[in-house]
Amino acid sequence: MTLPLGYFALQEGHEIQAAAHGPAGEAFEPFLPGLVILLPLIGFLLNGALALAASRRSADSLRGGVELDFFEGGNRPLTHRLPTWIGPGVLGLAFLIVLVNFTRMLGADLHEPIIRHYWTWMNTGAFEVDVALQLDQLSMIMMMVVTGVGFLIHVFSVGYMGDDQGYPRYFAYLNLFVFFMLILVMGASFLLMFVGWEGVGFCSYILIGYWFTDREKADSGKKAFIVNRIGDLGFLAAMFLLFAGFGSFGGFGTLNFVEIFHDAPDALVYGGGIVTAITLCLLLGATGKSAQIPLYVWLPDAMAGPTPVSALIHAATMVTAGVYMVARTSVLFALAPVGGLSVALIGALTALFAATIGLAQYDIKRVLAYSTISQLGYMFVGVGVGAYAAGVFHLMTHAFFKALLFLGSGAVIHSMHHALHHTHNHADPQDMRNMGGLKKFMPITWITMWIATLAIAGIWPFAGFFSKDEIIWYAGARAAGTYGAWFTLIWIMALAAAMITAVYMTRLMIMTFHGKNRTGQEEAKHLHEAPWVMWVPLAILAALSIFGGWVNVPHAISDSFLGGYGLLPMSEWLHDWLHPIAGVATEIQATGAGEFSHHAPLFGGGELLWAVLSTVAALVVVLVTARIVGGFKYLPASESPAPKGFKKVLYMKYYIDELYDRIIVQPLIKASRFAWKVIDAGIVDGIANGLGNLARAFGWFGSLFQTGSVNTYALFLAIGVLVILGVVAF
Amino acid sequence: MLTGLLTEALVVSAFLFVVGTFGVLVRRNAIIMFLCIELQLNAVNLSFVALSRALGIEGQLYVFFVMTVAAAEAAVGLAIIISIFRHYETVNVNNFNLLKW
Amino acid sequence: MLSLLESIGYGDWILHALLWLPLVGMALVLMGPAARAKHLAFGWSLILLVLSLGLWWAFESGVGTFQFESSTPWISSWGVSYAVALDGISLFMVILTTFTTSVAILGSFNYIKKYEKAFYALMLLMETGVIGVFISIDLFLFYVFWEITLIPMYFIIGVWGGARRIYSAVKFFLFTAFGSLLMLVALLYLYFAAGGDSFAYADLLNAPLNLQEQLWLFAAFCLAFSIKVPVFPFHTWLPDAHVEAPTPGSVVLAAVLLKMGTYGFLRFLLPFFPAAAQHETVITVMMILGIIGIIYTAWVAAVQPDAKKLVAYTSVAHMGFVVLGVFALTVNGLQGGLIVMISHGISTGALFLLLGMMYERRHTRMIADFGGIGRVTPWFATAFMITALASIGLPGTSGFVGEFLALLGTFQARPIMGVIAGTGVIFAAYYMLPMVQKVFFNALDKKENQEMPDLSRRELVILAPMVALMIWIGVQPSVFLERMEPSVRNVLEYVNDSGLQAQPGQSAEASVTFSSTVPLDGEGEADEAAPIHTGDEE
Repeated sequence: MTLPLGYFALQEGHEIQAAAHGPAGEAFEPFLPGLVILLPLIGFLLNGALALAASRRSADSLRGGVELDFFEGGNRPLTHRLPTWIGPGVLGLAFLIVLVNFTRMLGADLHEPIIRHYWTWMNTGAFEVDVALQLDQLSMIMMMVVTGVGFLIHVFSVGYMGDDQGYPRYFAYLNLFVFFMLILVMGASFLLMFVGWEGVGFCSYILIGYWFTDREKADSGKKAFIVNRIGDLGFLAAMFLLFAGFGSFGGFGTLNFVEIFHDAPDALVYGGGIVTAITLCLLLGATGKSAQIPLYVWLPDAMAGPTPVSALIHAATMVTAGVYMVARTSVLFALAPVGGLSVALIGALTALFAATIGLAQYDIKRVLAYSTISQLGYMFVGVGVGAYAAGVFHLMTHAFFKALLFLGSGAVIHSMHHALHHTHNHADPQDMRNMGGLKKFMPITWITMWIATLAIAGIWPFAGFFSKDEIIWYAGARAAGTYGAWFTLIWIMALAAAMITAVYMTRLMIMTFHGKNRTGQEEAKHLHEAPWVMWVPLAILAALSIFGGWVNVPHAISDSFLGGYGLLPMSEWLHDWLHPIAGVATEIQATGAGEFSHHAPLFGGGELLWAVLSTVAALVVVLVTARIVGGFKYLPASESPAPKGFKKVLYMKYYIDELYDRIIVQPLIKASRFAWKVIDAGIVDGIANGLGNLARAFGWFGSLFQTGSVNTYALFLAIGVLVILGVVAF
Repeated sequence: MLTGLLTEALVVSAFLFVVGTFGVLVRRNAIIMFLCIELQLNAVNLSFVALSRALGIEGQLYVFFVMTVAAAEAAVGLAIIISIFRHYETVNVNNFNLLKW
Repeated sequence: MLSLLESIGYGDWILHALLWLPLVGMALVLMGPAARAKHLAFGWSLILLVLSLGLWWAFESGVGTFQFESSTPWISSWGVSYAVALDGISLFMVILTTFTTSVAILGSFNYIKKYEKAFYALMLLMETGVIGVFISIDLFLFYVFWEITLIPMYFIIGVWGGARRIYSAVKFFLFTAFGSLLMLVALLYLYFAAGGDSFAYADLLNAPLNLQEQLWLFAAFCLAFSIKVPVFPFHTWLPDAHVEAPTPGSVVLAAVLLKMGTYGFLRFLLPFFPAAAQHETVITVMMILGIIGIIYTAWVAAVQPDAKKLVAYTSVAHMGFVVLGVFALTVNGLQGGLIVMISHGISTGALFLLLGMMYERRHTRMIADFGGIGRVTPWFATAFMITALASIGLPGTSGFVGEFLALLGTFQARPIMGVIAGTGVIFAAYYMLPMVQKVFFNALDKKENQEMPDLSRRELVILAPMVALMIWIGVQPSVFLERMEPSVRNVLEYVNDSGLQAQPGQSAEASVTFSSTVPLDGEGEADEAAPIHTGDEE
């Protein structure tokens, strides 16, 4: 029984591949990469043990008919004090380790990924895959985001979930999630990535349904898991294709990233059917995890989970896994122009589609959910058009400002919940119609959320401006090459969605923080600013939402007035940083589908011009919307009339959920019932029982001769003897 | 000369057997049916003995077997009939069909 | 460890001990006091488990042939011998059997209230029978043990079962016996074809059969094993048997009895009739049946109101993966199938135990009677959740490894079928999660449920090793895979080599009639009827 966990941490595996030496820099020496994964796992185990102990106690008292209050007298038991340190603690430590690695990688010259092998996972003789971690520029960025933003959200949770009965359980789940997320981004093979992929899906399931006694919440968790699994099938199929091939293509015979990406350009035909099939399968997987059309339906419902969970899982990390995956497999997508185009097209469609739904929602978290779907669409456009650095860039900045928006909304909901709770008001604390004028109660939340709003709206110099602008620009820049018309369309959709983003976000801010307060006079007295454990993370994220975009300012902008004439020191840093990962793909794409052009597809104009145009347009939209929405007279939710006309269609999310229910869910259930009642119990078992009954019928017929009277038997005997004699004689 | 009475003996034997068979088939009194079965057995015994004169001693050997089995069977059969009579107060086979499944 | 085992001559006596000691235990249980029967039986089964664990070390990995082989003439005039041996395929089946028996006996302490002595005696008899099936390498001996296993299970369902126990027990018996008799006929044919002087495995392997004979015999054997597995459409006995059987009966039934069928596929069906096993139509039919098993039974499971019946149907779905993996005839598929067998034994066994615990507390198995019990039984809910995840194949648990490899192997042989079967992954979530939700989540709104006690210490002792195993196999399956690989390869190589040699056929007509449908290196149908992939062609 050698479960090599200790080995995993202490021995640090052995390096198969020698650290790559570059001509210019020194070799990259990883620092305890295994521990980065192990720490959240330890946190999970410790918190899980505490959770089991606490839940056992509360269950025992519940059985006696008493709801146990862990917080009575302000004296919390150990089970509810320790997670405060363990939960965020392990993440903080992990973040520090990642930071050390990051600085080392910064100083090193790394061209090839570093692989750490720990133990052989599966080895059938015909198929082998190791438990191995991959350290390169892309996984490093993701590790920074996951542990960094994750740490802030863990800290925020201490305040947000502090009074929850299941506090240790919450942190156990959250730690487990980070564990799987790190496997996803650090795994060195498709299969290990898939472990993280399904693992985070599972954690999302238990966290959405965290308050599991609420049927709706439990339903939402289940929906998320099942929809995700549909996507996972695509991922599985892609792995099969990669490993075993199809038709003339014999497969790579491995699932390790390094080998596949190395061999792919030679083994796969550019634009061939196989590679297109692989990328489309991967895309299916990505649409499930990253909530894109057609599998986006689970994400809005996922808002049933605690708000920090929405921030961590459903905004900053897990849902971006699809984007990460496309960036990771950039070589394949570059080889399959149709695959890339599909990614971009689905992204653009989703961006526009979800943004319009966001316009008409009243639940603050739902607006943010649709906003997330829409922003993920942007990332898809980015990685789909081949601007992998831009996609990952937006992934990063989005993690900052969307986490901030969610945490800010969490602070608002927290405050609203307390206020409504005090007066035993059963109004919905998440409905923006019940808010209004909160800025005077929660100034820090107000300011930080405005920063995030400006960032997501794409206004200079906030982070979102640089990342979103770059994606839109690259989408337009593909219009000169293959499938140019499609890319022009994508470019237009992305531009339109950007404007709608500015509208719905401004609407959200105005409805929540400005105007007259609609919570109620008694309730308003109890509205308050969030405690420091909650607003400090907000402030840090706000800073990141401002400065985070400066790591990748395009040359065209950095030398202009928008870039302070070269004052920003890190122009196109991320682009260069990711070059070892995306460089091959970029080359393939440039030869196959044409270079990025330097002019916008319509009206001409360079990158700088469009950047200025878009930020001015966004600013105008924000101001106009603020003016218009500020003029509306909103009523509290209970007094508001139901939405009508097209607004109702938007409010009802285009009835997509209902449609899916009609054409997929109900038929499946009907088919299942049919299979059970008619086929299984009726036909299959009917035949078996019928055969049994047939045998029984024969028996019944035979039993007619069994009269029980000795004479009858004797008669039959005599007849039998006579017959035999007759046969013998004649 | 040795086979002089063979035909007659076989005819008697056959007659006895047929009588026994008809007795079993038509009578309803268990004791009489039982006696008819004995009659059948003894009819066979007669043929055995008669044939043994013509064909060799083995026939007589079988007669002993048959007699032994018949004795054993008689003991068990009578015991059953007696216990049935004690229970039902009748030995008319029409009144019981215990063998029916 | 190995030297210690060698010093006590472990390899010489272990198989005989595992085979016969349960009978000794049975006698002890029958002679001992009724009140102590369960403790005695559990202690005895634990001894057997410990003994069998030595196999883990004593078994020489990297060897594909039989180990610990021993053979003594039994009925020499028919060529029957008492011959037992172990290879990488049966190794885990034997350990799974001893493990499951112990767990099932411990799990029946509160459940079995009447005729305790007889019950535990039958459980031990079952252990002898099942181990006999897994280690016999004489077909006569195998058949004897195959039939012996019917008897205890028939009584366990029929005596200690639920309301419709008689119906279920008879159904179980008739289905299986029907298949076995066909197998017996086929076995005798095989015996005479091989010369009629030996029932030994190795001798029967080389029976000269033409393709037509192979197909008929294959059909008979396959039917017997398919009923046992069970493969759609022979599966309807299983839900009935599971629902009526007492908890330990269900555990043993799911964990080891079903494996006898798939084990039969691997051990006998494929090597005995290699040409038939490679026959395109045969493979297609079996794979389609496997896929139907996976998808269709998942659907049926999803709408069951009875939790135990639901899990029973999922058994069929899991075994569908095994069937697929086996008939893919690839290294990955076969090994995946074996891992699914082990994993299913543990996870479904645990699920039945958990359902039994639920039943002991509430005397109902209807999903609708529960709701929100995660609040009062958090540990129970945790154990159930982990087990359910292993059952639906979440990565990191045993279920994933098996299903992934089986599907991968299937994809290598038949890509389209691999992908279709892959939808089973979705449907697994579709049947399992709603059940988990309706039982453990939602509002705790029924008074009776509020008083449900959480896991007792005994129940923890039962579940902990099972959960640990599910995770261990999920995290480090290579230690299992490396032990079974050579044997699996052995089977495959045998199938591939002799399957193609059998073609020139002893019977001219038959080979003329059938050879065109078998993939040699045919020109016209090379695409559809691709030769067997072993998966390791570089």
